[in-house]
Amino acid sequence: MATIEVAPRESEQRQGKRPIINDFSIQVATVNGSGSQSANTVLLRSIFQMGIPVSGKNLFPSNIAGLPTWYTIRASKDGYIARKKEIDFLVAMNAETAQDDVMSLAAGAAVLYDEPLKLNGLRNDLTFYAVPYDKIVGTVCPDAKLRKLVKNMIYVGVVAFLLNIDMGEVEKALRKQFKRKQKAADLNWGAAKAGFDYAAASLTKVDPLRLERMDKTAGKIIIDGNNAAAMGAMFAGVTVFTWYPITPSSSLGESLIEYCKRFRIGPDGKATFAIVQAEDELAAIGMAIGAGWAGARSMTATAGPGISLMAEFVGLAYYAEIPVVIWDIERVGPSTGLPTRTSQGDVLFCATLSHGDTKHILLFPSSVEECFEMAFDAFDLSEQFQTPVFVLSDLDLGMNNWMAEPFDYIDRPLKRGKVLTKEDLDRMGSFARYKDVDGDGVGYRTLPGTDHPAAAYFTRGSGHNEKSQYSERPDDYQNNLDRLAKKWEVARGHVPRPVVKGEGSKVGLLSYGTSRWAIFESRDQLKKEYGLDVDYLRLKAWPFTSDVFDFIDQHERVYVVDQNRDGQLLQLLRLECSPAQIAKLRSVRHYNGLPIDARSVTDEVIIQEGHKVTRQEHATAGYSGEE
Amino acid sequence: MATTPTSTPGPKTNRIGLQVLDYKGGKTTLCAGCGHNAISERIIDACFEMGIKPERVVKLSGIGCSSKSPAYFMNRSHSFNAVHGRMPAIATGAMLANRTLLALGVSGDGDTASIGLGQFMHLMRRNLPCVYIIEDNGVYGLTKGQFSATADLGSKLKTGVINDLPPIDTCGLAIEMGATFVGRSFSGDKRQLHAMLKAALAHNGTSMLDVISPCVTFNDHEGSTKSYKYVKEHDEPLHEVTFVPHFEDISVDYEPGSATEVTMHDGSRLMLRKLEEDYDPTDRLRAMHRLAESHDKGEVLTGVFFVAPNKPTFLELLNLVEDPLGTLPQAQVRPSRSVLETVMEELR
Ligand SMILES: Cc1ncc(C[n+]2csc(CCOP(=O)(O)OP(=O)(O)O)c2C)c(N)n1
Ligand code: SF4
Ligand SMILES: [Mg+2]
Repeated sequence: MATIEVAPRESEQRQGKRPIINDFSIQVATVNGSGSQSANTVLLRSIFQMGIPVSGKNLFPSNIAGLPTWYTIRASKDGYIARKKEIDFLVAMNAETAQDDVMSLAAGAAVLYDEPLKLNGLRNDLTFYAVPYDKIVGTVCPDAKLRKLVKNMIYVGVVAFLLNIDMGEVEKALRKQFKRKQKAADLNWGAAKAGFDYAAASLTKVDPLRLERMDKTAGKIIIDGNNAAAMGAMFAGVTVFTWYPITPSSSLGESLIEYCKRFRIGPDGKATFAIVQAEDELAAIGMAIGAGWAGARSMTATAGPGISLMAEFVGLAYYAEIPVVIWDIERVGPSTGLPTRTSQGDVLFCATLSHGDTKHILLFPSSVEECFEMAFDAFDLSEQFQTPVFVLSDLDLGMNNWMAEPFDYIDRPLKRGKVLTKEDLDRMGSFARYKDVDGDGVGYRTLPGTDHPAAAYFTRGSGHNEKSQYSERPDDYQNNLDRLAKKWEVARGHVPRPVVKGEGSKVGLLSYGTSRWAIFESRDQLKKEYGLDVDYLRLKAWPFTSDVFDFIDQHERVYVVDQNRDGQLLQLLRLECSPAQIAKLRSVRHYNGLPIDARSVTDEVIIQEGHKVTRQEHATAGYSGEE
Repeated sequence: MATTPTSTPGPKTNRIGLQVLDYKGGKTTLCAGCGHNAISERIIDACFEMGIKPERVVKLSGIGCSSKSPAYFMNRSHSFNAVHGRMPAIATGAMLANRTLLALGVSGDGDTASIGLGQFMHLMRRNLPCVYIIEDNGVYGLTKGQFSATADLGSKLKTGVINDLPPIDTCGLAIEMGATFVGRSFSGDKRQLHAMLKAALAHNGTSMLDVISPCVTFNDHEGSTKSYKYVKEHDEPLHEVTFVPHFEDISVDYEPGSATEVTMHDGSRLMLRKLEEDYDPTDRLRAMHRLAESHDKGEVLTGVFFVAPNKPTFLELLNLVEDPLGTLPQAQVRPSRSVLETVMEELR
């Protein structure tokens, strides 16, 4: 049945509106396990191939099949790839959530729904399009068992018609998606075409949303952060990776296995890497530490619950001074929290993980490019400073697809740190493992197996002297702590420095990790909508470099943006700032499990600046050209 | 039980030209008479006689009096005193990084059978090449004498507390999980422990030895089933163990049918002179059955219970390059620019 059910008054209103081109969000509401992931990826890629900047965010349940899931695609001519708070176009496929999904839309949005759901009666300020998917799928998919999966590809065709997506690009994206499965590709392509044809014959376009070709994605890639991290580790010469599956980090391990199998097996068929799925995170970190001790570039990847189990071992590695890299793909909460939602909730926990005096280098990637690069940085820093290094990614970065420039090949020599060989020992005669020979707090180590009678030393926790002999002497213990503190200060000069944008404003924004994208957009909103110019510092690491303190000094107010309830980065800053600096710090916090969006940042800053929020519908700030 | 001390004094230097002194460790700080000290001595002798290069050995341990003991033997070997119950993970990581090492793990019954039970079982299951020694005294020595999970049912603490839970048999568990060399000995039985240690060092795969090692301070009294007296009285050797390393050309004569001989992976020979008819150390089910039986009888069964000399080890399954992963040259572990370009193209 051909249906466009629009309240006449509304329809007139909207038809009068100027078209909205390449600047809106699409949300697809489905049931997980229904194959919608493929359909959504095809949609995303088709838009990308049309040269339009695009981002995709998957909001999925901790469940294998049958629970609601939402996928949001944002097309943005200005290159804004943060989550957009408002939904402009809803594809309602899930009976269970359809009513809520429709009711939560802002007036003026469009809804494409499965006809039997009869959503059109719910509101009269939206545009509705109905499609009888079950009828269409019967004609394109003879095998009843496959219909549930193929049905999703029909909406791709319908959306392509309604939003003006090139069907040539849809086919290309679809064939890429089903690369090695010709039959599945043909079947799905048939479904997409059937959807398009149905829409062309039976629906009349009413809403103002349209996609038009641009040239802003040429040469770019699409990849998720975990995949980028795995690739970085593979190129950075990881030799031992030990892990225990946990969302949202599992795909890092799985990608690494794939890459290493393809590119790290020698001509003789032998592997230059060892990847072990451990029995738990206690073992995963233990193996990584054992391997780091014996000379490997070793790494593990996990999420918050795994970090909890690693606490004791990480403290030992800090005191025994063993290099190891830990990727924490942050998610929400312990146990049955919201394991499939994003957060930056592990910052403080990781910063001083373990008992006694411990502090660890933290790296904060904000993009897939930085996941790739920081895989190198993390190994170099951990081996250079003989200490655990955390890379704090999050679910939003790790598991969502991001558009990016192709990665630059990194060919600088690896920094493998101070390791004495047999030849060194022949020359030196002996060595003291924890002696500060160079004045940088970092001692020389030998690797087990070094063929020299003076190579061996005894590795244990904090109770040792310079020669790594057991000691409980107060001066030995305190000297060791002081040397570790010195090492930390030296590391401050070697961690990646922040990126600073803008100067001269009284107000500064300071963020880390994925908040970058919301702030990129928020700065434009603040300027266009409120005439407020704000400078920006994007932090990449702890310990903080001097740039951070300079930035605070140069501003009257600095808003620290955290994706957690208690302002964890703010707390960390407070530990190191002077009272005068602390007085300047303010806090913007986002913690509902969804990726942070620009509007939330803008509103919060405006309120705290003492202005009134004057939000406009579809407020579109102009592109500033930098972020 | 066999208490004959090793009769032939070792040569002054071994086959790699080292003296026994080269295998010494620091001065022990354990209690005088602690079984763990005797085990350290046996390790020194065994490694010396086997001509093992100390620089190739890594000594790994968890936490406990037992886990301190690597400081008291072989100072020329790297050592890692890790965290409680998690020596297996350190051993696994170290061997992944450098497969040419010889891993010698020392643990306690608390370290293994309680907090470390999971890691213990998974190490056995992986058949990681290493020697895993449990210095088993039935108590937590270092925390002053609480029962461990290997304490026998009815065993009494000094304080009079009686253990009312059944013991975990680490040997049965190791065999069940897939370890390929499993035996039990007694710190007071020099000859047997010496031979078993040498065989364990020669084995390619996980060698698990549960060595009863009395704690003179907390568990050597009347009513304890891990006291010197009790173990001497109840020790039930399955066989007499003789080990002939591959580099020694010694013939040992037994009456036909009186001994079982197992050829190890490296060509060494393990001779088990039968004290019990029909015991076949390559029969896994029989081994587990015999262990269960000994529990019911209240015996302390010792000897080599199970050997599978040629099962692939974990490192073989991983199909690693011959050289240690940790020190492979950069060119071998960093794919080229063109590989990155290939991958980028696929992501466009
Ligand atoms: C995580 C943790 N929990 C508890 C302890 C305290 N602790 C130290 S040694 C030990 C028991 C050691 O017993 P066992 O392994 O049998 O060694 P023994 O001292 O008897 O040789 C315990 C519980 C610890 N070190 N770490
Ligand atoms: S307390 Fe027991 S186990 Fe510990 S050293 Fe003394 S005798 Fe040995
Ligand atoms: Mg004990």
